[in-house]
Amino acid sequence: MIDTASRQRLRALVIKESLQIMRDPSSIAIAFILPIVLLFLFGYGVSLDAKDIPVGIVVEQPDAATQSLSGSFEQSDYFTPSYFHSIQRAEQALTEGKIQGIVWLKSNFARYLLSYSPVSGTQAVIAVRVNGVDSNQANLTLGYIQGVWLTWLTQFSQARGVEMALPVQMEHRVWFNPAVSSRLFLVPGLVAIIMTLIGSLLTAMVVAREWDRGTMEALMVTSLRNVEFIAGKLIPYFFLGMASLVVTVFLSMVIFSVPYTGSFWLLLLTGALFMLVSLAIGLLISIVSKSQFVAGQVAIIVSFLPAFILSGFIFDINSMPLPIQLITHIVPARYFVAILQTLFLAGDIWPVILANVAALLILLLIFSLLVAKNTRKRLE
Amino acid sequence: MELIKETALQVRLMWSQIVALAIKEFLALLRDKSSRFILIGPPIAQLLVFGYAATYDLNDISIAIYNEDRGIASRGLVSRISGSPNINELVSVQHESEIASLIDNRDVLLVLHINSEFSKDLSSGRSATVQLLLDGRNSNTAMIALNYMRDIIMQFNTQWSAERQSQGPPAIIVSRAWYNESLHSRWFIISGIVGLLTLVVALVVTALSVAREREQGTFDQLLVTPVPPSYILIGKSLPGLLIGLLQGSVIMLLAVVWFELPLRGSIPALYLGLFLFLLSAVGVGLMISAISVTQQQAVLGAFLFLVPAVILSGFATPIVNMPEVVQWLTYIDPLRYFLVIVRSVFMEGAGFDLLWHQYWPMALIAIFSLAMAGWMFRHRMY
Repeated sequence: MIDTASRQRLRALVIKESLQIMRDPSSIAIAFILPIVLLFLFGYGVSLDAKDIPVGIVVEQPDAATQSLSGSFEQSDYFTPSYFHSIQRAEQALTEGKIQGIVWLKSNFARYLLSYSPVSGTQAVIAVRVNGVDSNQANLTLGYIQGVWLTWLTQFSQARGVEMALPVQMEHRVWFNPAVSSRLFLVPGLVAIIMTLIGSLLTAMVVAREWDRGTMEALMVTSLRNVEFIAGKLIPYFFLGMASLVVTVFLSMVIFSVPYTGSFWLLLLTGALFMLVSLAIGLLISIVSKSQFVAGQVAIIVSFLPAFILSGFIFDINSMPLPIQLITHIVPARYFVAILQTLFLAGDIWPVILANVAALLILLLIFSLLVAKNTRKRLE
Repeated sequence: MELIKETALQVRLMWSQIVALAIKEFLALLRDKSSRFILIGPPIAQLLVFGYAATYDLNDISIAIYNEDRGIASRGLVSRISGSPNINELVSVQHESEIASLIDNRDVLLVLHINSEFSKDLSSGRSATVQLLLDGRNSNTAMIALNYMRDIIMQFNTQWSAERQSQGPPAIIVSRAWYNESLHSRWFIISGIVGLLTLVVALVVTALSVAREREQGTFDQLLVTPVPPSYILIGKSLPGLLIGLLQGSVIMLLAVVWFELPLRGSIPALYLGLFLFLLSAVGVGLMISAISVTQQQAVLGAFLFLVPAVILSGFATPIVNMPEVVQWLTYIDPLRYFLVIVRSVFMEGAGFDLLWHQYWPMALIAIFSLAMAGWMFRHRMY
């Protein structure tokens, strides 16, 4: 179907585009440097796992019981305790942001604790204050404090030779990510963000510039056919995106030791599909917006930020209000993030992959039709 | 006398020149209908969409329960779980073999396994153990869900002990959260979005203003006018500053009115922070302007600064969780300080005294970036 002349024209255009990318330091920065920076920030810098949380322990009357409890905090990886003699001092430190939580053992703690039996006496109270501004961190902190309390309680009961006083205890196991490291889910999702950057943002900017300068029309009146033209424009970006996929996955496995359990051909195939959708969106943005300024802003607003916030990359989609959940359905990154997290951590789980591939195919169809319609309109 | 008159005249001239330049900049920016729209519409839409979307609270968890126990005790636990407002769907598992595919296919976030000895253990006074399996593909979600389940089990324990005239464990935890008493993650995120959107607009408006002229060739014309270059830079930075102030105010107003974020602290302290923050954003914008030749480079350059700045600011993930080396990097990020100011003033009710340590680093960043931008314009290489 493709004759020699057409192939030659296509090749010429691809070479022109590639040269344009290589010549402009800003495209190089977006295509090569930003992905690496992102990868290092997410692989190494950013973490949702609280560790070494600074807590203040207020002991009003030190004795063996308070010592054993604060000892449990010392031993926990999650906390770096510091000690205060009065609650006022500790609250001051909490206000100033020096500590994130307070564990307050009042002077009656040991007395209540030791005289307590299930049928008489008063329970000893561990009063806890946390800074709730970062609510997620606060919730995790409260959870870890509970964990320390449980361990300590078990040891305490055993030492006194009594049966554990808690009726039901819970054991838990986290599948796919036993060490519960947030890096293992952030880094795979990042692949989708990086490909969105190249497919939508970079493409939108570059093509918008051609419209801006009028060189688009100049190209269109050449003997190039529309399809050839669009293909020639997009092929270099497609390969750039795929290269970033391969490099990112390779680096995340080698440097950040994120396990990859799925099959690679599936990753390449779904990656290519996602790249096509991103390119269609980038092209659509450049056609609809009239200038580079607008194209740049629109690309950030409708492709990059949603890929970050509405894709399930960090925030859980099921917890969003229904209207927003509906919006997430037109965010292609949503489907690719689900595929990536599954392929990396869980393997080839076909029901998940097929459902998301189908959604990406539908989006590809819709955006391609929109591109075709708007190109024609724009030229008239 | 003569000297004073002359100085006064010069000052007047300077002012009129700067004002004229600033007006010209505003006109250039606001002339185009779509640029006008892009400054107002999207930030508000983003605040609304992301304000609702970005939450760390789980509302609709789907869970499965594999209950092998036939006793009353386990039924009590199950009904307590199904009554939880955070849990939306409860799948009942009949065979162990179903568990794997439910989690694999993301049908449920977690599976609770109650073994057949559960009621017997409890009624004979022994501790009963339940197992929880969680999908760790999003580990943060898994941890939050784990905490919810822990709370449910704790409540069950308290009730169980109370019903049997036993008072439960010898020591209990009574916890209270300060500043955000019910731990809404929305308050945290919205206050972050205030900083994020303000940064985006100030940076992009400033970064593009020079690049646009350079691409159209009018920047050289501007340079050969009798106006000193420093005035040109001041004129270029005013639109970003003013639009940033305006947009920041609108977004903060919406945060209070629409999202019911408490505003407990000092508003002047907040605005001093906003002003210093915008100065440093404009300085960075001008630096980007100085090295970009085309608008494309300016937008991409702004973006190249924006993404790490947002990630390192503590917008979505806490700075204290970062490795030490990365934490040092956050000290040169103006957004880091501004987010602390926004969150402290809004939720903690802070005033000038508590925020001093946030002001001076931003002022330093502003002075450095503005001076650097001036230097770069004078020593432009291309």
